[in-house]
Amino acid sequence: MRNSDEPLSPERQGLRDQLAEGYQMIGKSPIKVDAMAKVTGQTMFADDLSMPRMLHCKILRSHVAYARILSIDTSAAEALPGVIAVLTGAAMPIPFGILPVSQDEHALCLDRVRFVGDPVVAVAAVDEETAFEAIQRIHVEYEKLEPVFDPTTAIENKQEPLHDYGDDGNVHKRVSMEFGEVEEAFAAADLVLEDTMFFEGNTHLPMEQHASLAWREADGRLTIQSSTQTPHYLHKAMSKVLEMPPSRVRVIACPNGGGFGGKSDPFNHEIVVAKLALMTNRPVKIALTREEVFYCHRGRHPVLMHVKTGFRKDGSMTGMHFQSLLDGGGYGSYGVASTYYTGALQTVTYKVPAYRFDGVRCFTNKPPCGPKRGHGTPQPRFALEVQLDKAAVALGLDPADLRLRTLHPAGGITANWLQVGSMGLGPCIEKVVEASGWKDKWGKLPAGKGVGLACSSYISGAGLPIYWNAMPHSGVTVQLDRGGGVAVFCGETDIGQGSDTVLAMVVAEVLGVDLADIRLTVADTHTTPVDLGSYSSRVTVMMGHAAFQAAERAREVVARSVAKRLEVPAVRLRFAENRVFDVQDPENGMPFPKAVQVAEAEHGTIAMAGSYTPPASPGKYRGAGVGPSPAYSYSAAVVQVDVDLETGVVAVEKIWVAHDVGQSINEMLVIGQVEGGVYMGLGEALMEEMSYRSNRFGVHKIPSMLEYKSPTTHEMPPVETFLIESPDPNGPFGAKEVGQGPLLPMMPAVANAVFDAVGVRVDEVPVTPDKVLKAMQAKDKRYGPKSFPDLRITETMRVKTLEQGGDGTAPRPPRAEKQEVKSS
Amino acid sequence: MMRLPPFRYHAPRTAAEVATLLAGEGPEAMIVAGGTDLYPNMKRRHQMPKTLISLRHVDELRGVQMNGAVRLGANETLRALEWHGALKERLPALWTAVQSISTPLLRNMGTIGGNICLDTRCNYYNQNWEWRRAIDFCMKCEGTVCWTAPSSSICWAVNSSDSVPVFIALGATFTLVSHEGERTIPALAMFGEDGIEYLTKRKDEVLTHIDIPDQGTARSVYRKVRRRGAFDFPVAAVAARVALDGDRVADSTLVLNAVGPKPVVCEEAMAYLAGKPLSDEVVTEAARLAGRGAKPLDNTDHLSMWRKKVVQVETRRALEALRP
Amino acid sequence: MADDSAHPPPSSGVTRRALFKGAGAAAAAGAVFRSLDAVGEEDGPRTQGPGPGAVTLRVNGTERKVDVEPRETLLQTLRLPLELTGAKPVCDRGTCGACTVWIDGAPVYACSVLTVEAEGREVTTVEGLGTPAAPHPVQAAFVEHDALQCGFCTPGFVMSCAWAVKTHGKSLTAEQVRAACAGNLCRCGTYPHVIRAALAAARGAR
Repeated sequence: MRNSDEPLSPERQGLRDQLAEGYQMIGKSPIKVDAMAKVTGQTMFADDLSMPRMLHCKILRSHVAYARILSIDTSAAEALPGVIAVLTGAAMPIPFGILPVSQDEHALCLDRVRFVGDPVVAVAAVDEETAFEAIQRIHVEYEKLEPVFDPTTAIENKQEPLHDYGDDGNVHKRVSMEFGEVEEAFAAADLVLEDTMFFEGNTHLPMEQHASLAWREADGRLTIQSSTQTPHYLHKAMSKVLEMPPSRVRVIACPNGGGFGGKSDPFNHEIVVAKLALMTNRPVKIALTREEVFYCHRGRHPVLMHVKTGFRKDGSMTGMHFQSLLDGGGYGSYGVASTYYTGALQTVTYKVPAYRFDGVRCFTNKPPCGPKRGHGTPQPRFALEVQLDKAAVALGLDPADLRLRTLHPAGGITANWLQVGSMGLGPCIEKVVEASGWKDKWGKLPAGKGVGLACSSYISGAGLPIYWNAMPHSGVTVQLDRGGGVAVFCGETDIGQGSDTVLAMVVAEVLGVDLADIRLTVADTHTTPVDLGSYSSRVTVMMGHAAFQAAERAREVVARSVAKRLEVPAVRLRFAENRVFDVQDPENGMPFPKAVQVAEAEHGTIAMAGSYTPPASPGKYRGAGVGPSPAYSYSAAVVQVDVDLETGVVAVEKIWVAHDVGQSINEMLVIGQVEGGVYMGLGEALMEEMSYRSNRFGVHKIPSMLEYKSPTTHEMPPVETFLIESPDPNGPFGAKEVGQGPLLPMMPAVANAVFDAVGVRVDEVPVTPDKVLKAMQAKDKRYGPKSFPDLRITETMRVKTLEQGGDGTAPRPPRAEKQEVKSS
Repeated sequence: MMRLPPFRYHAPRTAAEVATLLAGEGPEAMIVAGGTDLYPNMKRRHQMPKTLISLRHVDELRGVQMNGAVRLGANETLRALEWHGALKERLPALWTAVQSISTPLLRNMGTIGGNICLDTRCNYYNQNWEWRRAIDFCMKCEGTVCWTAPSSSICWAVNSSDSVPVFIALGATFTLVSHEGERTIPALAMFGEDGIEYLTKRKDEVLTHIDIPDQGTARSVYRKVRRRGAFDFPVAAVAARVALDGDRVADSTLVLNAVGPKPVVCEEAMAYLAGKPLSDEVVTEAARLAGRGAKPLDNTDHLSMWRKKVVQVETRRALEALRP
Repeated sequence: MADDSAHPPPSSGVTRRALFKGAGAAAAAGAVFRSLDAVGEEDGPRTQGPGPGAVTLRVNGTERKVDVEPRETLLQTLRLPLELTGAKPVCDRGTCGACTVWIDGAPVYACSVLTVEAEGREVTTVEGLGTPAAPHPVQAAFVEHDALQCGFCTPGFVMSCAWAVKTHGKSLTAEQVRAACAGNLCRCGTYPHVIRAALAAARGAR
């Protein structure tokens, strides 16, 4: 276990020895700490909360895609009995946004609306229905502006830009960087493939609609309980917009009824109910409708991609040039980070000696895109893995063999300066190849049946926080009480992934106590140390380290006192089964509560903190902040499909997936996360898409749970899951992420399986029946985008690779740098 | 949560009471059975009836009666029909359609009469009030334009019932009761020409029961196209009935649904089939002819061009399934 | 099934007629499935609203009196005033299953049932199925087999699975669980674990 500069005391050495003798809890499958509450309906989600005198909030949203607000008349709404307050943007002129470089949102639109659904006026009333009636009585006068709905048009810059910041009109962000000599790499290749592919946007569709309840405390403080994945960032945004010191704002994240990235931005409705609570001195609640959740969005960016890769005859790559054009929607959100992510992780799975990435994100008049499970990486992963399949066919290689030959070495540094740690992709591929019978199936099944293979990698937490600071990314406090109870405090937020259980298990492992003796207080900016939030698959690694350190420090205090009392060297003490005892004479010991009492008598109250900051990344160039992580997870999957030759309908019959998780903390939960990723990826592969009617005022075509298609029990095939466990030196107990990586192979594996089944390429996600059918009828046996626009790159940052003798830096560009992006 | 608009709620016990109430309350009254279609629509302000007349307690409109013919109470739940072993055996096409409707939970609530009277569907229409305001509403509700086909004078909302094409194919009749008396009409006659006036049932009438004649040796199938194995309405559907004389078609009915505002009886294909064996060429040609009647537009899930193609494939498959 | 003598003659000009005479047809429908809507002979209020009126519900075995307008859905009544928040409002139109409760033992969407329509019938919610102290076997199996992640759809899946276990007993198959849960959506992707949990509960082998 790394992450500690302190010298190893005998007490700590005792813990190391104890862990080396075998884990009590890690890697096993105790039941989730919050499971019983959830299956009996006891868990209180944000919309389950209510308070005396509580008001209900509704938001009037723009019904036009792009317009200037000329006037707002709220008099009729104010006159409606039961309406207590009406709020417009003028009362909250300070902008906010998740990234420091994109502070472009207002709680309610000030002067312009940028998509159908943009919030304009809020009402607080005695009940939801009155609030709903009130917003219908509000008159907003708009001057319509010409909207733009796709990035290939937006990049031309013919419309009035949505924002007055960004790189160039409606180009929010333009990135270009080259590592090594890509053109030389292509010249040295035996085969150069160029593909243009498209990944349609899709959304999180959490079961729980966003909901928030805010009130003013008697002492003037503000409290909000909300369905958020990032209470810390919400805390910052609320403090900023409401102009209240952070110490007087309290954010409590409720258990999230699903997040998947959709609740990781600070949201306008959260700030709105807070403002209304301050105005009315009453609790104010909002529960969004399903349509409004579609307008909040922040889901997968639609990305048009062009990928050019050079291959040698053996399948290894000489170099790659990847270009992506992102359709950002109306606001920045995480978009700058998303743009970088579409170019960041191509290099960590297979060896790419020379690499160039050009990316552009445009603003369009649609709900903003942002981070959805896999943030920015599933789109390029689709393009890369499908292209590898094409390369294998062109080179006469088995796609599994091609991949196995080109794996990035463990412990190496990629062309774009990412530090790879443990790397279990090889065993993942071997596992799914063997289990699926790949060698007997690929290219050998009857027409209509096929198998496809794809792999992926994902970060175990972003190496840098979203706003620049040198403080830890996660903090945990462990407090022992005389009764043997262990109180654990952490700002982490359980969004269903089981982070509460991981927190309890790590502490229980170190202190040798039952899970039932551990009490968690989480996700409360008033009482818990900061954890940056449930995003970028960071919680197990970062919180896990912090929890380990806090528990270890508490254990050290207890061990020191108990060693004295028992007259045993501290290094020989073991904490297990609620006892502290001498490993050489297990009878010589005491119950854990007694041990705490002995220690408390000697040292006073025992409350210890731990924290974690990720290691520095070797990359120092501008933009190097996106991609680094303490550890990378790896996944491989084989998908077997049955394609209806006449209708193009693709039925997925079975999935084999292997995931390199380093070390499971809770094996059952890890398997659940793998299968959850498989499920969500399957939805993206086959049916999910955010579609808009650009010829009908830019409305979302299908903002409902019925028409936005997500797989039911009938579409979920049997899944065989394998865990590859090779502990990573940077993970707590060796653990890496599992929440996002296993989603990524699904889309390319399905597309590759369709090729194996019917011999056509669908270079577009989702792989819908009409596309399969069109490809089957096409001359080139392909369906996909035909062209890629000029990204108008004027300068490219050049960075020498390690092999070229580089040091991770880039020469300063000729003109002044803008604010650096650090983020996830 | 979305609230329903206010209404008076009547819970009569007999069909006659229903008819009396309908006559007394006038056109602002609506009948509700399972509520699975109407309540979501009312929440989105598609319909705002002043009065609801519930069939929940009208027990006489329930049940399944089978001798040679079959009679279904319009108020019977879909679940009861799905679990009716004899019905499944006798009318497998109907059973296939019924058990494919939405979800098991919805089938516990919805009724067969409700599925027949299902409001036409369109993704310019099945949206909440705020959404529809953004397109300035549509012809079917509060607006003037059919956004599916802006130059059209009719509404193109889609008849999305699973049971209707089967009833038409089976030669069923529907009986409607009003305070003035009752009338029995062929199933097809129930359906109007556009998505707004999609039922010929008068507002003062209640559908009481469905009669399906003895099928003799004729066999039927129902095939449904949709994205997922549950929840989804059909985006193309075909019901086929064929009576054979030896290996030749003595009589047939082919009905498409969910490809336009009204179910389509494929007369041309039926005429072509008469007297022919169900050979590969014959079923392919019949399917081609049948497909001509499909006019799917861009207002449901799946691309309309794909639906147009697939409805032919499914028609052919339906006929193939009816080979001796 | 109505019997001619059970009801008074109609007041309108229509000759009221029972559609189906004799018990045979009713038995045919009722033998395999107790029709959800089959109500007893007791006469509830026949006209209500639009204003609020008293309604007596049986929820989780207890009689609960509420004062509601006819337009109120059962889901609204359960959550407030009855403070049973296990059933969740999600799609609010019968297309997700998060609000699943049982009425007379059969799972339905509480968002699309009127409270007045539930009068005289037995309503069971996830809170009534079992408690943390005494969980229903399906609830215990969900915990044991990690059949939940975020937990928001979970009350609905528990109700659908418990119905499947009750209906099919020990012979319950994975396909039957899949079918029984086809009216419930989960976005965390718990379906495989849900199926495993339901089968374990059915076999009484948690």
